[in-house]
Order: sequence, then C-alpha cells, then structure tokens
Amino acid sequence: MTLATETTGTKASNEVVRGAFDLDWRDLIRTGAILAAGLVFLSLTGMPEGLDSRVLIDPFLSLGYVSLFWLPLIVGWSVANEKVLEGMAATRKSARDVVAGGVVGAVGGAGLSLLIALISTFDIRDPLVNWNESTQAFLSFQQGTSFGIVACIALCAGLGAFGASLHLMPRKVRRAVVSALLAVVAVAIFESFLVDVADPLSFLYSKTGGLIPLWAVMVGVAALAFTLLGGGDRIGKARSNYQTLTGPAKAKQDTILIVLSVLALIIIPMITGKITQELLANVGIFLLLALGLNIVVGLAGILDLGYVAFFAVGGYTTAVLTSPNRGPDWPEWFPTMPWWGAFLVTLLMAGLVGLFIGAPVIRMRGDYLAIVTLGFGEIIRILFLSDWLNGYFNGAQGITNIPPADFGLFEVKGTDPRSVFYLVLVFAAISIYVSWRLERSRLGRAWMAVREDESVAEAMGINTVNVKLMAFVVGAVLASFAGSVFSAKVGSIFPTSFLILVSIIILVIVIVGGMGNIVGIIVGSVVLVGILGGPKQPGLLAEFSEYKLLIYGALLIWMMLQRPEGLVPNARRSRELHQDEFLQDAWLKGKVDDADENGNGAENGDVAPGLAGGAS
Amino acid sequence: MSHLLEIDSLSVTFGGLHALKDLDFHVDEGEIVGVIGPNGAGKTTFFNMISGMVTPTSGDIRFEGESLVGFDPNQVTQRGIARTFQNVRLFANMTILENVMVSQHCRTKQGIWGSLLNTSGFRKEEQEIREHAEKVLGFFGSRLVGFRLEQPASVLSYANRRRLEIARAMATSPKLILLDEPVAGMNPKESVELTELIGKLRSEWGFTIVLIEHDMNVVRDVSDRVVCLDHGETLAQGSFEEVSNDPAVIEAYLGRPLEKKA
Repeated sequence: MTLATETTGTKASNEVVRGAFDLDWRDLIRTGAILAAGLVFLSLTGMPEGLDSRVLIDPFLSLGYVSLFWLPLIVGWSVANEKVLEGMAATRKSARDVVAGGVVGAVGGAGLSLLIALISTFDIRDPLVNWNESTQAFLSFQQGTSFGIVACIALCAGLGAFGASLHLMPRKVRRAVVSALLAVVAVAIFESFLVDVADPLSFLYSKTGGLIPLWAVMVGVAALAFTLLGGGDRIGKARSNYQTLTGPAKAKQDTILIVLSVLALIIIPMITGKITQELLANVGIFLLLALGLNIVVGLAGILDLGYVAFFAVGGYTTAVLTSPNRGPDWPEWFPTMPWWGAFLVTLLMAGLVGLFIGAPVIRMRGDYLAIVTLGFGEIIRILFLSDWLNGYFNGAQGITNIPPADFGLFEVKGTDPRSVFYLVLVFAAISIYVSWRLERSRLGRAWMAVREDESVAEAMGINTVNVKLMAFVVGAVLASFAGSVFSAKVGSIFPTSFLILVSIIILVIVIVGGMGNIVGIIVGSVVLVGILGGPKQPGLLAEFSEYKLLIYGALLIWMMLQRPEGLVPNARRSRELHQDEFLQDAWLKGKVDDADENGNGAENGDVAPGLAGGAS
Repeated sequence: MSHLLEIDSLSVTFGGLHALKDLDFHVDEGEIVGVIGPNGAGKTTFFNMISGMVTPTSGDIRFEGESLVGFDPNQVTQRGIARTFQNVRLFANMTILENVMVSQHCRTKQGIWGSLLNTSGFRKEEQEIREHAEKVLGFFGSRLVGFRLEQPASVLSYANRRRLEIARAMATSPKLILLDEPVAGMNPKESVELTELIGKLRSEWGFTIVLIEHDMNVVRDVSDRVVCLDHGETLAQGSFEEVSNDPAVIEAYLGRPLEKKA
C-alpha cells in the first residue's frame, strides 16, 4: 500500500495525466465507512424520521431528509477539498475528485441500505428504540425496502459527487450555487420566524407549512442573482476594509456600528411578533449570564462550572422579596417590596454569596477549582430543593406568583416579552460597559496575569486570592441581573430552572462565541440560544429542541477541532492557540525580533536584520 | 549595624533532601552580591525562599529588620524584593507594556469603582503606571519601546525576554532585586552589555542586587562579594579572587584531584 501511495505521489508531481479512476481507494473506503457510520447513527437517533412531518418545500422535501442527507454532501465536498500543504496546493482539481466524492457517497449510502435490510431481518429494538418499521419506511422513501436500498446508494453517491463537483465550478458560480441552496433551506426552516417578523411574507408558504415550490425556486434565483451581481463581494470588501482600520478611524466606525445596532435592537421588537420578542428576551438573559461568566473564565481564567448558582441566588432572592407565595417560615417583619427594591437587595446578596463561595474555593487552581465549583453549583440548587429549607423556598413546588417588575410608566412581565427584552437590553449595556472598563484597568491586567501564570503573578506582587475573588464576585453580581429579570419574566421559579445544564450551556456560549471577546459572546448567545435554543427555551430551530444537546455536543467538538478560539476570537486567545502561525506572520512582516541572535546588535529591530543581511 | 537582608541558619528540606542547610547570608544596602555554585547547589531554592515561594523548614529571613518567614510571595514583593526567573516566565500573551504595567500592581490602588466611574484618580494613576512602565523599558535603549510596546511578549528574542523580565522586576519599585541567571543564553557581546546595565541598576536606580550566575566573567565584573554554595551549604565567601582561588570551591566545580600513588 505504501508503494501505491508513493507512485501516485510521483505521478502527480510529474504532471502525468491520471485516469479518472486512479484514486486512493483505501482512503476513500475509509472515509465512506465513517460517513456510513454517521448516517446510521443519525438515523437511529430518530431525529430525521421525527422531523419528516416538518415540510420544507411542499410536498417534496421534509426537514427530516435535509437533516440526514446534508452529511454526504459535506463529506463529498471535504473529500475533494484541496489539501494545502505548507501553503502549496498538492494537486489540481479534475474529474477524479467528482468520482471520489461519488464513491465516498456510495459507500456511505450502502451503510444506510444495509440498515434498511437489517431492520427487516433482525430485531434489536430493545436497546435501539428507533430500530423499527417507521425508520425503515422513512429511509426507503415510503416505497418499499428494495427501492430504498437502491435509492439510498444512488442518492448518497449523487450528493457526494455534487459536493465534490462544487470544487470544479468557477469560484463565483460556486458561491452563487451554495448561497442559493442555503437561502432556500434557510427561508424554509425559519418559516415561523419570518412570518412572525413580517406577516406579509406568509404568501411564500403553503397552508400546511413549507415553501411553495414556485417560491422556493424564486428564492433560489434571487440568492443566485444577488451573489452573481457581486452582493457578497461588496459585503466581504466592506468587512475587510473595516478589519484593517486602526486608531481613531476604527473608533469612529465602531461608534457608528454600536449606535446602529442599538437603534436596530430598539426598533426590531416593535415591528415583530411575540415569538421573536420572546426569542430576543431569552437570548438577552443568556447573554447577561455569558457576559458575567466571561469575566470569570475569559479574563481571570477561573474555570467556574457552577455558575448557575449565582443565577439561582439572583432568581430566588428576587422571588422571595416580591412574591406573596414565598415559604411560610419567613418572619413577620420580612419585607415584601417592589421589583426594583428587590433587585438592589439581590445584587448585594449575590455579591455576598459570591464572596462566601469564592473564599474557600478560590485558593485552588485549575482542575480542582473546576470540580469544586461544579459541586457548589449543585449544592445551591439542592439547598433550594431541600426539605430543610422547604419552609422558605417551597422545595420542588418553587415560588409562584412573582409579580411583574413595575416601573410606574411600564411593567416588565412575561406575557409582554418586549418589555422584558428592553429591560435585558439595559442590563446587557451595563454588563458590557463593566466588562469593557474592567478589562482595560489595573484589575483587568492583574486578571490576565493570573490567567497567564498564577505563580509569577504572585511573585510580581499581585495578591492572587483577592484578585480572583474579585472576579468571582463581579461575575456573581452580573449573573444576578439575569436571575432577577428571569423571576419577573417567568413569574415562578423552581429548582429545576437551575440545573447544571444551564452552567454548561453558558460555558458553551462563551467557548463557542470566543472567550474574552464581548462581540464573540453576543454572537455565541445568538447562535446557541437564539437559533438552537436554551436549556428550556425554544430557539429558531424549535423542531430540533429534542436533539439540542446532540447538536450542542457536535458543535462543541467541531469548534474545538477547527476553531478553538471561538467564532469571534479575542486577539490574545487566538495568538495563544496559533502561536506558530502568529510568529510566522510577524516574521514575514519583518517585525520579528531576531536582532540579538544575529549578533548585529541593531538597536532598533524594525526590519529583521536576518532578512536585510540576506538581501545585501 | 543591621543589614538590608539578613538570613540566619536557614534550612529547607524536601523529604529527605536538604536543599539548604544552616545557611547564613547577608546583603547590605547598595551591594551587588554574586551567588555561584555547581548545578543543584540550591541557588534557585535560595531565591525561591527569599521571595516567599518556598517556606523554610527552619531559620529566619529578615528584610529591613522584619521577618519574612511565612509571607506570601506578593507580600514579599510588596516589602520591596523583586525577582526574575531562571527559565524566563513572562506573561507571553500580554503586550510588553502590559507586562511591565501589571507588575506595578502592588504600588497602585485603584479598584473596581475607579475604573467603572472613570474617576480622575483612576485616569491619573493609569497615566502614572504607563509613564513609569515606559521609563523602565527605556532603560534598555530602544529595544523594548516604540512599536514593541504593543506587541505580545512572545515575539521577543530570547535576550530581549530576559531584559523584559528585568524590566518587570524593576517596575515593582523594589529595594532589592534577585536576578536568577540574567545572562544565560546570551552571546558574549550581550552579556558584556547586560553586565554594564546591572552596574547601572545600582548606580542610577539605587537597587541592591543579588545575582545567581554561571558566567564567571559577569560575576567577576559586577560583584562586590561572591558567595559559593554547594549541597545547600556555604562553601566560601569573599571577593571574587578569594572565592575563585578557594580549594573547596575548585573542588566543588572540578572534583577532587586523583590521589597520587605512593
């Protein structure tokens, strides 16, 4: 086999024309087998079959099929993807790649065919709930098993080949085709959202749900035309222009962008329907939490896995102080106050709890600290649930009848998600301001130093315990914003609202968005909570809510492999994760510092003397 | 007569290993003391102990008459002892300026409220921190200033990382600086230059210096007094000539000459 690979390599380098079937078969079969495993796994999760009833394009295409057959398309694309080694493309594109994509797809499809065949012969429904006739019927396109077996192979091969053939198209055409496909799928999937935003759009959809085929084509054509006329290029150009800005010009652009987005956020909820408002309110609450956690994890580097504890403390404190239905054991004199009064007490309370939990925990480092915070997160929830404090917090019955937050002029209550959103917007602005100011202060620098190397930070005169405790308390107070709003919004809170899952989802938002970057955190909250949905809150893809954790997990793994610095990375973190590339870039720009190694002793290393010497 | 730093019969054991045994040591204000000794002699442990990173098993460390035993490293730095590390330990992803700014932490005091409300006190202090940082970095010529200020420490060359470590220690406004092998890995030209700078640290900035160094040229050129450690014990101390001619020191470095056959 080694020999075979070597000969192929030589041929490629000698530019000998290779036949369309001169392929690395072993590699293709292996990739195909992985694809097959993926397809079978997805089918057996029951997700595609469950989503079959959700029609995307009436009557041909259901979300179920899209959620399964995107896989061969992507794998076909990646099989043919240029392998770039050391900055040089290894081989040229040719029809060979299409064959490769097709082969991989066919092998993957064969996996599905095998599944169809096996379902009729074996019965292992006991461990695998979805090992049943309806899955079989779904996979055979409701046409009988023999049709299904052939169709699966053919369809997957076709999709694989199509994915691979995208590489052969000129760049512009490829982008147009991809954007047309994405546009159609997006318009179809976000049906309820789009209708909620702009009711007139409902003409696109049929009465039973799903795009009307004619309009599906029109949407595709529109996207195609937009890309071909250079719309995408213009956006890309504006973006790269913005990224090269520095100094006052950038500050000006930033101000304009911030003002525009704030205006947009104020106006959008006025024109949209309840679904969107609710969605925005949920995104906002998780954004508040993520911003707080970002200070703890992103700036100070304290991996806190029990962050939900502070959310719970915030929620319960507000509830106890405002609701008439709090536990019976509170003393007579214990006050009931309006929301804003309770809110102030909540801040204080969260700060104190942060201090009390933090004080013993913060002396630990790294993994130990993560585990202990995980424990404290659960302890707080279990305390609210416990029989011991049942008289105060009503245990599993929770605290109900929490009145809306009354600000005189307007009320913030759950039935009016728009008001909740505006309140959240104010708090998010405060949290962003706090993060932004603290990051650029004496305390922020100390946090960074602790994150980089705790022992050295201590040797440089930083009281690491105090500084870390401060991060913990600031994080706790920011989380209590969210808790307080949450009580007023939902009107009743239970210990089950504060499961460990919430901590994990907040952490995933921070990681996926881009640790240490405020814009990244916002993007992370929108993508995860807005599109996929929070732990209990539905997102735009409400259909997937049952498989949310599966998607979260897959997304997290993919992110860690492909883009560990997050969607919108913090400059520092991407430097940390891509140290080599960064140094290489610096070297190419002549800014690397090898003055001393060369012994030139150049006082000022503007240009690397190594390069200058080479030129002379 | 009291010394700036005074160490009395200091011992530390790691399990059964005596890293330091009954060590007596002192530094007077304005002195430059070289600490030499073969590998594993306990030199770095000696520094770790002064800077509070290791707690001594017995004995006493007094700085300006105050005992430092049981202090955390940040408290020791607060009292006026700064150090560098043998294996350069910069905050690699912070900029050069930030590296030096952050080490003024214990000399400044603005907290959360100052930065949130952007008070005039906060702005003034930030300005002072920045100016002091630039002044300290300016000590090394133009190497660490200009466009370098905003670059991460990780792009620096090895020699410049060592310089930045010294700058970071200087920025804590100490009275005593402990330099752990400051010229290790530098070429001869750079060591000569740094030797000069170490002299200036005393003459221009008024720091008292203790340095560990293997490069005997550097030790000879800067030290007023040399102490040789081996196996955690003082072998010899005195001027460079006295110590370098001491038979016990030569033996520790080169080993015992073979016994002549009778």
